[in-house]
This record gives sequence, C-alpha cells and structure tokens, in this order.
Amino acid sequence: MTIAQFAILGGLLFSVGVYGVLVRRNAVLVLLSVELMMTAVNINLVAFGRFYDNISGQIFSLFVIAVAAAEVGIGLAIVLLIFRNRSSANVDELDLLRW
Amino acid sequence: MIDYHALAPDLIMAGTVLVVLVVDIFTRHERKYLTALTAMAGIVVASFPLVTLGFSEVGARTMLDGSYVVDEFAIALKAFFLFVAFVTVLLSFSYIEGDRYYQGEFYFLLLSSILGAMLMASARDMVTMFVALELVSGPAFLMAGWRKGDARSSEAALKMFIIGVLSAAVFLFGMSLIYGATSSVLFADIAAVLSAADAAIRPAIILGVLFILVGFGFKVSAVPFHFWAPDTYEGAPTPVTAYLSVGSKAAGFIGLLTMLYQAFRPVADIWGPAIWIIAIASMTLGNLVALRQENIVRLLAYSSISHAGFMLVPFAMAFVYDDAGLDQAFSATITYLIIYGIMNLGAFGLVIAASRRVGSGNVSDWNGLGQYSPDLAILLTIFMFSLAGVPPFAGWFAKFEMFRSVANAFSGSDGAVWAAVLAGAAAINAVIAFFYYARLVVAAWFLPVKEGFVPRTVSVAPSLAFALSISAVAVMVIGVLPWLVSEVSQFSTLVAGG
Repeated sequence: MTIAQFAILGGLLFSVGVYGVLVRRNAVLVLLSVELMMTAVNINLVAFGRFYDNISGQIFSLFVIAVAAAEVGIGLAIVLLIFRNRSSANVDELDLLRW
Repeated sequence: MIDYHALAPDLIMAGTVLVVLVVDIFTRHERKYLTALTAMAGIVVASFPLVTLGFSEVGARTMLDGSYVVDEFAIALKAFFLFVAFVTVLLSFSYIEGDRYYQGEFYFLLLSSILGAMLMASARDMVTMFVALELVSGPAFLMAGWRKGDARSSEAALKMFIIGVLSAAVFLFGMSLIYGATSSVLFADIAAVLSAADAAIRPAIILGVLFILVGFGFKVSAVPFHFWAPDTYEGAPTPVTAYLSVGSKAAGFIGLLTMLYQAFRPVADIWGPAIWIIAIASMTLGNLVALRQENIVRLLAYSSISHAGFMLVPFAMAFVYDDAGLDQAFSATITYLIIYGIMNLGAFGLVIAASRRVGSGNVSDWNGLGQYSPDLAILLTIFMFSLAGVPPFAGWFAKFEMFRSVANAFSGSDGAVWAAVLAGAAAINAVIAFFYYARLVVAAWFLPVKEGFVPRTVSVAPSLAFALSISAVAVMVIGVLPWLVSEVSQFSTLVAGG
C-alpha cells in the first residue's frame, strides 16, 4: 500500500461530501455530508501520520472527531429550532433574509 | 514546564465561563443580571495578569514545544479581545434582559467564544488553531439563533452554521494536505520545510494553502465567501451581530495572519496573488452593494465586508516585500483590525440605541434623528465618519497605515504595477464608502422627519450609554493620538518567526 491510495481515497470522500452539501436540500443531510468531509480529513491525517511514523497526525484526527461531534450537537439543535419555527428543514425555503 | 503567569488570562477566563454557569443555576429569575456582573468581573480580573505580562522583561514565553506562545502580539490581542468582550456584555445587557430568558447561558456562550479568540492569539500550531477557531464559532452559531421563536433569527443561525462547518471542513482538508507535505503541525517547522521543499510536492502545497485560505475567507467574510454574512447579521440579535462583526471576524483575521506569516511565508508567491484578488473584490463588491442598502444593519454588514478587503490590502503585496516591508504590512493590518473593532462596536451600539428610539432599522425612518435626539445623532456622526476615515476620528489612521504599507511595495523591484492597481482600487473604494456613511449622517441632521412619524420615548439604558461613551472616547482619542495603537501593533518578532 502506498500513501497515494489513501490520499486518493481521502480526496474522493471529500468530493462526495462537497457534492452532498451542494445538492442535498435537507439540512440534516447537508450536515451528514459535512461529516463525510471531516472523515476524509481524518483518513488523510491518519495515513500521513503513519507514513511519516509521526504521532501528531493521529492526535489531530482525535481532535477533529471530538470537535465534529460537538458541532453536530449544535447543528441538530439549530435544525430542530428551524423545524419548530417553520415545520420544514429544507434549506431552499430559508428565504426570509436576502439581498 | 507550564508557565502559569503566561496562561493566567486564559485560565481566569476559562474559570469565569464556569462560574457564570454556576451563578446562573443559583440565582432566581429577577436576579439573573448577576450573571452579567460576574462576566464583567471576570473580564476585568483577567486583564490584570495581561498588564503584568506586558511589563515583564521575560519576552516571548513559549510552551508545549512552541505550540502556545505568549508574546507581545498575543498579549496585545488578548487585551483587545477582553475589551471587545467587555463592550459586548454592556451592549447585550439591556437587550438580553429585555427578553427575560436564558441570560446566564448567553454570557456563558459569549465568554466561551472570547476564550477561543484569546487562545487563537497564542496558537502556533494547526491543532491548537483549529480548536481555537471552533471554540470561537461554535458558541457564535448558538448566539445568532438566540431569539428562539423568531424564524429570522433561527434562519440566520442555520445559514451561519452550514457555512461555518463547511468552511471548517475545507480548512481542515487544507491542513491535512499541509501536514502530508511537511510532516509537522507546528508553524515554525512547516515554514522550515516549505522553504526547502522540492518541486514534486508543490501541487499538494498549493492546494493545501488555497484550501486554508478559502476556509479563513468564509470566517472573515471576504468576497467571494461573504454571502452568509449580511443574512446572518440582519437576522441575529443586534448585540450578537456586533460581536460577530468584530470578535469572531478579528479571531479569523488573527488566525489567517499568524498562519500566512509564520507557516506560509516561504510560499508567499502562492497566497499573495490570491489575497490581492480577494482584497480588491471584497472592497469593491462590499461597497457597491452597501450603497443600495435600505436596512441599516445590512448596510453595516456590507461595510464590514469592504473593511475586510481593506484589512487584506497590506498583505496582498507580501510577495514583493522585504523584511521591513513585511513588518510594516503586518502592523498595518493589526492597527486596522483594532481600530475597526472599536469603531464598529460603537456603530452597532448606536444602531441598538437608535433603533429603539426610532422603532425601525430602515435608513429612511432615521430622517431627522438630530431634531428629536441630538445625542444619538452626534454619536452617529462620530462613528460613521470614523468608519469612513474622516480625519479627526480613529478610522483615518487605519486607512493611512494601510496606504503607507502599500507604498512600500513601489520601492520593491517587480511589484509596482500590482501595487499601483491595488492602491488605486483602495483609494476609489475609500471615496465610495464615504458616500453611504455620509448618507446616514445627512439623513439624521438635514432631512425632515417623515410626516406623521412619532419617535418612541425610550431612554438609552445606562449600560448601553456606558458602552457607547467608551467607544466614542476611544475613537476620538485614537484619532488624535494614533501612536497609542501603532505602538502596540509593532510585532517584529512574529514576522521573523520568533
């Protein structure tokens, strides 16, 4: 296994996440896509850490996991708030504020 | 070894965050204002060790193998963030108390976010910087959605949240690539590897640097990553908007600056041109859209986008500067940031006070403000002219330092054309900006009050009046004695990689 394969996997996963953020209309699924992007980051960090035989990559990925979990908590709370106020979690309908 | 003296301001803030929560549990409903007082006391106490650190002879204090550094730069910015926190608590006090719920949690979140900003000023590795950045923005998302029953407020929160986590992911991906290219997370080590990097890994470096730049671009709301800012600023409660446009934006700028100057300095030819484009785009687009805004908060939101462009101007020419030029560009940006922070807090404080009096945030409803409320109109004149950069007020010095830094690039060898275009764009934009700020002042003093309009008879809350007078005095004092700011923003050590 070379480092390139992991980097390519990370890149592809990141792209899938970006696609999801751009295309998905439900706020929960947008959140899920962002998590996918974070996972791509973790794959990269752990792979590079192993490649260099260097611990900081793995430590970094632990921080990423913890912070991502905290952000999902905040995100779901906000999505719930939106859902209570307008009975929909569709990001296209968020048009009260524009221009 | 842990240097507790150096960590004291951050530790005291962390302690205050917890104490505020406990105070909130043990106070009854009508005494919740105690949480605000606790928060203010904590901020004041945290500033004492900063003063002793500022006068100590030890110099830069480095901890954890250089991940966490408390030097002059960090001390000055921590002091700035404590000032922002103090004024924001004062601005929020009557506003949040008026809503009568969740006061304790509000100050808890505000102080957590400030704590993140303070850590950001000391962070010298990618992990610390990432955690600090998320600590700044996480509580900010929740504060933006503070008015729970209001669909506009929750919409503002969701928009900010989605853009915020997206930018964090993009930023992290860039960091993972840089880590892959350099095998280190420490800025100093990254710079050492980058200056001797071989051409084979250059694509990864370019990609990593640009991803990080995009991530920060969202945080500081620079064009083309700005579209969330006006919506969030309009929908969020106004004191929170004041904090977002100053505290969280400044934290993003500090992160961007430390990273570019410390880690990515050897590859200034990659990020320099990108910043050049972003700076011109932000100034121009922010200003042109601000000209046609009818809502005063949206107007200030676009004005803050154009100010982000002005702040980026000094380091857009980084790729042609020598060391002295880089020093000056760095201190010009910090000077701009500090002055902008003070005057923008004042401007938003004024918007809170005047919107209560007028009962509306539309520019046309503010006609004739000077006739029934000359005190607010005078403050409006001070803050708007300061934002526009009219000389007796602080804003002129920020713009002056920015132009002085660009002027250095002319003496460089190959950057004269780039510098000329940049300086031209900045000059034109400074003139455009004057029009929309002056429009508010003219409306307040010279236009007649609308027919049938009756201003509300609410007086300005004492805390808000205090916040407004602090900012107004600061704006005027700095305008007359600008060396007060320029003295604290000379940080040659950071630029030299110390």
